[in-house]
Amino acid sequence: MRTVIPVENGDALAAARGFLRQLLEAGVVEALLVPMETPSGTITPALVTDPDLLAAANPFAPVMGLNAARVVGHVSVREPRGKIGAVLRSCELRALVELVKLRQASLDDLVTIGVDCLGTYDVPVYVELHGQGQVDMAAYLATAQSGDLSPVEGYAFRDACEMCEKPQVENADIALELFGADLGAGIPITLSDELAEQLGFAPQEGDGRRAEVVEKVVAARTQVRDERFGDIRQRLDEEGIEGVFAACVRCHNCMTVCPICYCKTCLFKSPVFDHEPAQYMNWARRKGATRLPADTMLFHLTRLNHMVLSCIGCGMCTSACPTNLPVGRVFRAIGQQVQAVFEYVPGRDVEEPLPLVTFREDEWMEVGEE
Amino acid sequence: MAEKFEPKIVAFLCNWCTYTGADLAGTSRIQYPPNVRIIRLMCSGSVDPTYVLKPLLDGVDGVLVGGCHPGDCHYQSGNYKARRRIIALKEIIKNAGFDEERVWLRWISASEGQRFAETVTKMTEFLREKGPNPMRQKWAV
Ligand code: FES
Repeated sequence: MRTVIPVENGDALAAARGFLRQLLEAGVVEALLVPMETPSGTITPALVTDPDLLAAANPFAPVMGLNAARVVGHVSVREPRGKIGAVLRSCELRALVELVKLRQASLDDLVTIGVDCLGTYDVPVYVELHGQGQVDMAAYLATAQSGDLSPVEGYAFRDACEMCEKPQVENADIALELFGADLGAGIPITLSDELAEQLGFAPQEGDGRRAEVVEKVVAARTQVRDERFGDIRQRLDEEGIEGVFAACVRCHNCMTVCPICYCKTCLFKSPVFDHEPAQYMNWARRKGATRLPADTMLFHLTRLNHMVLSCIGCGMCTSACPTNLPVGRVFRAIGQQVQAVFEYVPGRDVEEPLPLVTFREDEWMEVGEE
Repeated sequence: MAEKFEPKIVAFLCNWCTYTGADLAGTSRIQYPPNVRIIRLMCSGSVDPTYVLKPLLDGVDGVLVGGCHPGDCHYQSGNYKARRRIIALKEIIKNAGFDEERVWLRWISASEGQRFAETVTKMTEFLREKGPNPMRQKWAV
């Protein structure tokens, strides 16, 4: 059912908080996993059971310090668990779909509350804006109506957001559909008839501009994406991955923040690549020199092979890189090619099997027979 | 005078088919170039992409992955999964600036000693033609 959360005094954030409170109080969920404002002003996801604490909830916070699908995994992966509502932006919903397929999260007992994403800042940028009193939620939310998504002047959204062509919610139990809406008047939502009845909502159409505005945002973002993909492909062609990632210090931050990289026994965290001192000497002699730490490109190429089919483009890797490498651009640009080979769209459908765990006997019959 | 270029090939062969095929080539005294270094695994499905990438980055000129023909894998589906993995790997390295033609996947059965020898011969000639892997010179990887 499509309906609208009523907004009073033009305060959409207060209305959203009220709606979340209703979910708890009506017993739809026992707890909410939602971005919360900490006393110091930063934002962190938290699992909230006390409705009064939802006064600090900010489901629209324009900052992304981690992909919250990871922490949905923590609270959902096995029984016993609570009945939880998880507030997630679009790239987090897509990551969740992949994590479910990888058996690192479960949709059982989970109510996903998806929010259209208007763009997010890196944490240090958000902290700076917040410190200067420049986080104006009303102004930020107002950009949803026209789809002219713009950061505070003089600042930029995260690299991944600037080229995100899927900012609209898909696959959520409750969808907060911000695009095209006058959020000062009401927040359009889509939810099941059953949930709507439980919460006392009657059907109500928004003004129907969502599709048009989404189309406009997607077109603008796709253009940015394609330009950046073009640039990075040219660089990969000319310099190779070892050129593009030349400044890598192999800190593994990209892997640590990646929602898809879940392996607890990752090869690169194991002693496999702690070589004997004499081995480094061998390599140094063979090529005249050897980069240290060793196996740096092996790390990136292995990670590409292990996860890029599931890369949903949240760009946390880029945000986490201490040397500002275009990790997300490389992974997305290469991911697009490899995903196309398998006609796979990560995050689209939990029923769609992961390309590397499934196969058909009668595919690529010519491969291996030459 | 510069030494004549001889390619080095690392081959990952499954125990049940291709390795046995290589063994047969040997016991049948079929001649093939000595450019290949064979590593035996239980199944082509156990070849992690890392195994292929590591020698390529070290400067090995070609990597051969050998398994049972489709339908014949000792573990039912290992080679079908290997096929997808190698297809993904080739697409990835191609886009990352490598020459994906240096990676070969071939189905060779335990009775195909001749086919094993021919494959190594062809791959050696192909790589001679192609020249050395540029990674032989690149230390900053
Ligand atoms: S046992 Fe030969 S490919 Fe699996």
